[in-house]
Formats: sequence, structure tokens, C-alpha cells
Amino acid sequence: MTIGVLAIQGDYDAHRLRLEELGVSTVLVKKPEQLDGVDAIVIPGGESSTMLKFLERDGFLEKLRDFVRLKPSFGTCAGAILLAKEVENPSQESLGVMDMCVRRNAYGRQLDSNIFEADTTIPGGPLEMVFIRAPKISKLGKDVQVLATYGDDPVLVRQNNMMAATFHPELSQDKRVHEAFVQLVRASLENPVKQKS
Amino acid sequence: MSERNGNNGLRLKTGLAEMLKGGVIMDVTDAKQAEIAERAGAVAVMALERVPSQIRAEGGVARMASPKKIREIMDTVSIPVMAKCRIGHFAEAQVLQELGVDYIDESEVLTPADELHHVDKHAFKIPFVCGARDLGEALRRIAEGAAMIRTKGEAGTGDVVHAVKHMRQIVKDMRQLTVMGEEELYAQAKELRAPYELVRMVAKSGKLPVPNFSAGGIATPADAALVRQLGAEAVFVGSGIFMSDSTTFAPAAEAEIRARAIVRATTHFDDPKVLLETSAECTGAMKGLAIAAMAEADMLQKRGW
Repeated sequence: MTIGVLAIQGDYDAHRLRLEELGVSTVLVKKPEQLDGVDAIVIPGGESSTMLKFLERDGFLEKLRDFVRLKPSFGTCAGAILLAKEVENPSQESLGVMDMCVRRNAYGRQLDSNIFEADTTIPGGPLEMVFIRAPKISKLGKDVQVLATYGDDPVLVRQNNMMAATFHPELSQDKRVHEAFVQLVRASLENPVKQKS
Repeated sequence: MSERNGNNGLRLKTGLAEMLKGGVIMDVTDAKQAEIAERAGAVAVMALERVPSQIRAEGGVARMASPKKIREIMDTVSIPVMAKCRIGHFAEAQVLQELGVDYIDESEVLTPADELHHVDKHAFKIPFVCGARDLGEALRRIAEGAAMIRTKGEAGTGDVVHAVKHMRQIVKDMRQLTVMGEEELYAQAKELRAPYELVRMVAKSGKLPVPNFSAGGIATPADAALVRQLGAEAVFVGSGIFMSDSTTFAPAAEAEIRARAIVRATTHFDDPKVLLETSAECTGAMKGLAIAAMAEADMLQKRGW
């Protein structure tokens, strides 16, 4: 199993290190053709507006969109924004694959960044959540499963083989969120999604 | 490390720097430039009254930018906004924190306010970035609470030679530590004038405990790629994008092309094909000022202790 980590900019190295701790081989993906060699993709935290500049050239966005329709994907923070069907504050382009609306910088600026603990459906007790200039999931489609909430807000969600977090599990010691994603990738390798029209 | 707002405080501070890695932070002097920077793919902007090359050319006391101007820039872009305070000027830092900027640069580009002390950065919730020329200076700033280090280089010159010198020095100093015996680290800490605990931490990991960026004279896509290949995790570009010489702004369209090209070169720093494309796209770079021809007294990098 090889998992790609989108490495245009952001904390892709933290994701790479975490996946390697879990025994998964990784590829840092900077160009569309590199998607051909990976079984899944992680879209890291960073600035979604910067990542879009790169995705909007050389057919990267279309290629990535086709990829995440067939193979597992996991987005954290900026990654969650890019996976969402709708983005607000401001409205911007995205892959548009997860049935949710994400509001950028919804909690405020860096002064409002914080670390919390909250419950999750992933076994093993409460999860530490590092929120940095975090977005908020403001609307959620009925097919999206909530894996963790903070207050009233869904913060970790799953739809088929897509996962998204508005916080940064890659910046915590707790490996459970990445383990859950690796399991999902493993399951998808056993049962690949058939190409849909 | 002692952190008065706790280990979580430091994690949040370095956490934002993690999000900026691989990106370009651009100096801007108004909302219009900030918009251009964001559109070109900057990961953050540094809000300034004057860019370093103007400060250098015009002289006078350089202070924190006016809060009104910083606010205008914060209201314009969705990416993080940084602002500079003078070395040791903790009251300017308090103003910037109250304003809610995302990062404070305690910067040698502004006129220092204290000849002995830097700001006690642990006392703030907002993260700080500080300049350094070598590992000792970097670790002194980290001991004071800096959550990101950048090379000083020589700001406002468009000459990359000292950004290179400082990055090479920091990397070399770190490499040296990794091959030293435990007993040698005590003497080396004295030599570096840095806390032993931090010296030991670097000796074990071979890298700084906070992100390590580069600044000070980066003006072209190839400059950005150069410092990235030398170990910088992201780059600050000051006068190099919006200026055509020390005091004249480049046409907006030209600045935007440069900004885009530097952003692309920073991500694809190890891909000569992209570097050729981005270098070819740029029409002209800032005229600049050769550091070798500069009097030592004019060097901003000497500020900071």
C-alpha cells in the first residue's frame, strides 16, 4: 500500500511521518501524474487558496477529482475545505466531492486557535484536537457520517471512502485517526470502487 | 523549554508555522498589494508601512506599521497576516496582539527599541518569528519564545548572498552538534551562547525545534529555489516582488507575474524544468543593491543580540 500526500505546501511532512510510523509507504505528490502511483491521497493542512493555484493548472484539479471519486482520500483543515461540495467565507473552487459545506476561518484568527479534547466514535476514548485557524462544517449531507464532534460542530466526518477533519490529527501524538484512514484504504484495496459514469 | 502559556501554547504557535511550510510569505504595504499576493498564491502576507528597500533608502526611524493599515489588510485577505515590531519593543507587540494579527515578526528591518533585550515572547499568545544568522542566535530567540526562525540575510537588497550565508551557517552548526559527544555539548552551549537544553535537543534531532524559514534578499524564483535546496522550509519575499528599484514600485501586472513565479518555484524547488519555466516568465527583477559594496554600518542584520 502506498499513500500519496499532497505536498504543494502545508504540513504534509507531519502526515508523511505519521503514515510512516504506521508502516505505510508514502509519496509526496506535487504533480498530477504522481497520482497514478498511489492507492490513496491525503490532503494536508495549509492554505487552501494557495493549493488551488497549483491545482488549477496542468489539469491537476480534474485529475485529483477523478482520483478521489475512485480511491480513498483524507483531508485535514485545508484538505477538508478542498474536498467539500461547497465552500464559504469566501466562496471558492473545490473538488466538490464530499456532501458538506465548509466555512473557512470560522472560529477566527490565530488568537482563536486552540487544543481541545472531545468524544469520537473511534474506540479508545476522547480525542485530542488541534484547531489552527480552523474551518467549520456548516452543512452536512445525509450520507455523511459524523465520527467526532466538538460542541455542536461535526469535526471529523466520513462519506464512503472519504474522510475529513477540521482539526489536525497529524499534529497530535494520538495515531487513531490515521489508523482509521489506513484501515479504510486497506478495505478499499480489497474491494475497489467500480468506475462510475 | 519553559513555556509560560504551556506546551499547548507552543504547539499552537509552531502549528501555524507548519501550515505555512513550502509557501511564500510576501511583504505588502496596502490592501491592493495584499490582494495581488493572495491571488498569486502567497500563504501569508507581512503588513508593512514601507518595504525594507524603501526603509533602507529613505532612512529615519522605522516603526510598527499603523494599526489602521494592518487592519485594512486583515479585512482584505483570507490568508494569515503578519506584522513587524521593533526588536525589544514589547509594547508594539502588545498592540499587534490586541489587533489580532496572526504572527509577529520581531524584526531587524525596523529600528531596534532595546540594545540588550529582545521581547519576552513567552508572555504572548500570538506566535513570533525572529531572524538569525547562526545557530546560537536562533536558539537564543527560541529560548525567548520564538515559534519560527528565519535567516536574516540582508533585507531590502535583492541580494541573496547573506540569506545563503546564514542558512548554510545554521545548517552547518546543527550538523556539527550531531557528531559531538555528550560532554562536548556543555562547552558548545557556552560557545553558542545558547541554553544547554536547546543545544542538546538540536544535537539529538539534527534540526531546530521550530520551523526554519529563509528571508533577506530573495528576489527571483531561482533565489527561492536556492534557499529551499539549502534547507529553508518556506521563504519570505520582501522588496523583491513589488519593487523595481529601491524606491519605485513595479507595475502591478509585473509584480503579480513575479509573485506567481516565486510561489511556483518555492514548491517545485527541486525541479529544474519548472525553475526554467518560472525564471523565463519573469520580466525583470528588482535592481537591488550588492551587499559586498555596502558599508557594515548599513547592514540591518547586525541588529539583534
